Amino acid sequence: MPSTDDLKQRIEAAIPGANAQVIDLTGGGDHFRAEVVAPEFAGMSRIEQHRRVYAVFGTDIGGPIHALSLVTKAE
Amino acid sequence: MSTTNPIRDEISKAISEHEVILFMKGRPEQPMCGFSARTVAALDALGTSYAAVDVLPDPRIRQELSAISNWPTIPQLFVNGQLVGGCDIVTEMYESGELAQTLGIVPPSEAPEDAPVASEPGAPPLQIKNNLA
Repeated sequence: MPSTDDLKQRIEAAIPGANAQVIDLTGGGDHFRAEVVAPEFAGMSRIEQHRRVYAVFGTDIGGPIHALSLVTKAE
Repeated sequence: MSTTNPIRDEISKAISEHEVILFMKGRPEQPMCGFSARTVAALDALGTSYAAVDVLPDPRIRQELSAISNWPTIPQLFVNGQLVGGCDIVTEMYESGELAQTLGIVPPSEAPEDAPVASEPGAPPLQIKNNLA
């Protein structure tokens, strides 16, 4: 079961300079919310920013991670 | 486009034929997931009409939809054939006014400023029998 720290580390490892705050929405280890700030989001649309974060987790989204709610910002 | 994948073809056709179409879990009058419910609530608050597709009856709908849209989660809102986003983006865009703009409508005066909080998803409440009484 993924933890908020797992998610935070995976996001920050995959996206250079990213800062991620992750909370577990239900306490069940499968519905998360992440706020991600990353320099590379500058100039990307919201859709592209969210795709970038979802891509970090690949098929884990919809698998062990049932839901990942996102707020993304360039700074 | 290949025609060997009828489900994918049907989804593409639905997206191109409907100006506003929402792929969701459950139906607008009975969403089966909080994120779908929230998205429906935002659209309903703007009084916009939209087509809705329930992805739950067949797991292949969701699989093919995500392959088309390059977006892993449900709900997914499309306007004029373009993916607008899921619950988070739709909610953010509702609050910034961009959603009404994208839909080409003027928000009704009674539309709340913050995205409306959806009522609970429509799954029936668990009935727990109390044997301790």
